[in-house]
Amino acid sequence: MKKRLGKVMAFVAVSIMIMSVTGGCEAAKEDSTGDGDVMQMTNVSYDPTRELYANYNEVFKDHWKEKTGQTVEITQSHGGSSKQALEVANGLEADVVTFALEGDIDVVADAGLIEPGFTSEFEHASSPYTSTIVFLVRKDNPKDIKDWDDLTKDGIGVITPSPKTSGGARWNYLAAWYYFEKQGMSEEEIIENITKLYKNVLVLDSGARGSTTTFTENGQGDVLIAWENEAFLSMKENPGEYEIVVPSVSILCQPTVAVVDEIVDERGTRELATEYLSYLYSDEAQRVEAENYYRPSDTDIIEEYAYDTSDNVITEVPEDGKWIITNIEMTDIEHFGGWPAAIDKHFNDGALFDQIYEN
Amino acid sequence: MMNKKAYKRIIPGFGLSFGITLLYLGFIVIIPLCSLVIFTAGISPGVFLETVTRPRVLSSYMVSFSTALAAAVVDAVMGVIIAWVLVRYQFPGKKLMNGIIELPFALPTAVAGISLTHLTTDKGWIGKMFHDAFGIDIAYTRLGITVALVFIGIPFVVRSVEPVLEKMDRGVEEAADMLGAGRTKIFFDIILPEIAPALFSGFSLSFARGLGEYGSVVFIAGNKPYETEIAPLMILSQLQEYDYTSATAIALVMLIAAFIILLINSYIQSRSAKITGGMA
Amino acid sequence: MRVRKNDGPVKWVLITISALFLFVMLILPLIYVIVTSFKDGVQYFVNAITDEYAKKALILTVWVTAITVICNTVFGIFAAWCLTRYSFKGKKRISALIDLPVTVSPIIVGLIYVLTYGRQSAVYPILKNLDIKIIFAVPGIVLATVFVTLPFVAREIIPVLNAKGTEEEEAAALMGASGFRIFKDITFPHIKWSLLYGIVLCAARAMGEFGAVSVISGHLRGKTNTLPLYIELLYQGYDFTGAFAVSSVLVIMAVCILILRSIFEKNLIKNKD
Repeated sequence: MKKRLGKVMAFVAVSIMIMSVTGGCEAAKEDSTGDGDVMQMTNVSYDPTRELYANYNEVFKDHWKEKTGQTVEITQSHGGSSKQALEVANGLEADVVTFALEGDIDVVADAGLIEPGFTSEFEHASSPYTSTIVFLVRKDNPKDIKDWDDLTKDGIGVITPSPKTSGGARWNYLAAWYYFEKQGMSEEEIIENITKLYKNVLVLDSGARGSTTTFTENGQGDVLIAWENEAFLSMKENPGEYEIVVPSVSILCQPTVAVVDEIVDERGTRELATEYLSYLYSDEAQRVEAENYYRPSDTDIIEEYAYDTSDNVITEVPEDGKWIITNIEMTDIEHFGGWPAAIDKHFNDGALFDQIYEN
Repeated sequence: MMNKKAYKRIIPGFGLSFGITLLYLGFIVIIPLCSLVIFTAGISPGVFLETVTRPRVLSSYMVSFSTALAAAVVDAVMGVIIAWVLVRYQFPGKKLMNGIIELPFALPTAVAGISLTHLTTDKGWIGKMFHDAFGIDIAYTRLGITVALVFIGIPFVVRSVEPVLEKMDRGVEEAADMLGAGRTKIFFDIILPEIAPALFSGFSLSFARGLGEYGSVVFIAGNKPYETEIAPLMILSQLQEYDYTSATAIALVMLIAAFIILLINSYIQSRSAKITGGMA
Repeated sequence: MRVRKNDGPVKWVLITISALFLFVMLILPLIYVIVTSFKDGVQYFVNAITDEYAKKALILTVWVTAITVICNTVFGIFAAWCLTRYSFKGKKRISALIDLPVTVSPIIVGLIYVLTYGRQSAVYPILKNLDIKIIFAVPGIVLATVFVTLPFVAREIIPVLNAKGTEEEEAAALMGASGFRIFKDITFPHIKWSLLYGIVLCAARAMGEFGAVSVISGHLRGKTNTLPLYIELLYQGYDFTGAFAVSSVLVIMAVCILILRSIFEKNLIKNKD
């Protein structure tokens, strides 16, 4: 008995060495690409695109197989956009990045992984699909929420993620800002109204998905400020429980994509990665995007999915799949002077958003 | 000199075990922690101070500190009661009770966080009761954070106090009882001093763990700045703004706090060991 | 067992308080997890836990847990031996260092490894040349888990060794026994149950680690997603039932481990007597 125990200990000591060595090697081996006719690539993306890329990857695999005869395996990674960007900059090996905003790709570019000028690499400033910000309210809209100014009223519970940690929330904030600006308010008045709006926020989650869960599963609040695609997804998951209210003005959210130059050159996957992103602009892919409630960049395809009503409330997901409300005025990030300027003015430490909570 | 020392050690293997211990600690703990210190050393003291004393950061320390303290106090009280029940009484279901104490170690913090949140919102099983009966909301308030931290910290106290209670000589208690001392008096005068060092050790571990807990708290907290934003989340949000300097600065402050708690604990432990050692 | 005759009411009040507290704090979340996971029927539950990615996550978790436990067990034995069998300068400091990981925020654990081995660190080019990946790969996950669970084994053995004293070992050493033989024949039989107990705790905690791993894993689906991360993924993908179903797998694993633990504990007590 005792002898056996001694052997066990010796065995344990040896196996720790072996395991740690093989563990390291195996991990390195798994990630290597171009194994025979199977190509591997990694797409690091942000939270709400899970369903989109799950569908698109299937479409693309067929396309690539047809084109080159090779099989592709695509590994997905999802998380908060800024967090994901930081991980890529820190060494998470992604062949392509598909983030919520250009600013997040800038981070990867600043780390030297992507060559400057990535926005001109693909059409429409490298954003194959866009989205916008809408309201999700409970069935029959009991609090009668129609537009941004309703969110500042007393007794309204608002759910939105924190602009400090969520890319989506930054769009929410800027859209609200634009609305008040359009009412001809001075900057002080805008800040006052935004402050009122954020005073109504019940739960400030760290990411867009967290907020959606808080609103739907945990039943908090009267209105969720959400990505359009998130709002539709919630309606689809829980039919008859929510309505979408499209405000009079909103913001054009341009998720941006890029090939990670350093990684694709190292792995020899540039051709594959480039094709992966440019195929996002094909008619087939544009329809996949529309079916996942992203606005396609191709105007003809937008027409195909346009919702033919002047009413800005959607009480159920249209059965014919025509959901795009075109009756909405959208600003874009250029109005705020581009992301670096917007972040400086609104979201950095001590900037406007922090001041809202300090008062 | 080294030789002389080694000579004094009768049992062989000091070099090997000391070497392995130090090497392992070095690779796993010391080097990574040093890189944090080196990173923050690059910041000028002024910037460092400014970063770690921003109002929002200060308030996140306060949130973490107050909830962790409250949770550790609850854990200390409940931990002593549970340990007492487990050591002193026989009753049906005792084994089960004993078996689940470590559940918080074993249950992934994210799962704990998600299920506690669902239970305590005003639509959840427990939350609804409290909301209807007392008008108290648990989830998305500091109370909710405290609940999650109580969950995380309870095994630390129970498992520290239990062995001491087991070993305690009951003769003194019985003597006191025969001399007519009340139950409260026995507890406060005889039992409490005896278990105090162990209790403090459990208390400080659960307190320190509570300060840093993230997985279970982030779901239940609500994350409102100045109200329910915890310090670990603050680090994470600084990271997401690519502000490594602030993130590491705040991390360093929390690390020092954890270390101070441990030092106080080890001081108290060694002092009490001396006292009891002297008595024995 | 000597029970004081007027113990009655207080005894039951205390037991009720404890039971109620543990029920609300520990059991209710468990029940909630299991009830929710069967909300959409058994078939859905089975589908969720036999999903290809769920299996991969489970395998990774088991793998990471195994490596972590082995590393920390070996370390725990050596550290406990070193701290209880010799006196040397800096002993207290080493002892405090062993405790430190419990109190460090998991987020900070992730952060320090990213700083040490990430792309911006000085060692990154060297590692890259050797084709070794640490962060955003399995070794990083193992490192973070090892850090978080570092003290568990050592902390269980140290009190036992301290209580036992060193006389037997010293006598054996004087008789000329080698260090390994002393350990195997004298020390090991004393600590084996507390060692197993420590291993079990370490395994339980390693399985469920979320915060630190989340910072360092990169969330590569099917590659670096451990079970807790996979649960988060499902939860955020609107698949609540699936998330709870996979959680219940972890819960069941945890409960099994706790059952093992109480078996060991029984032996531990027997051993003491």
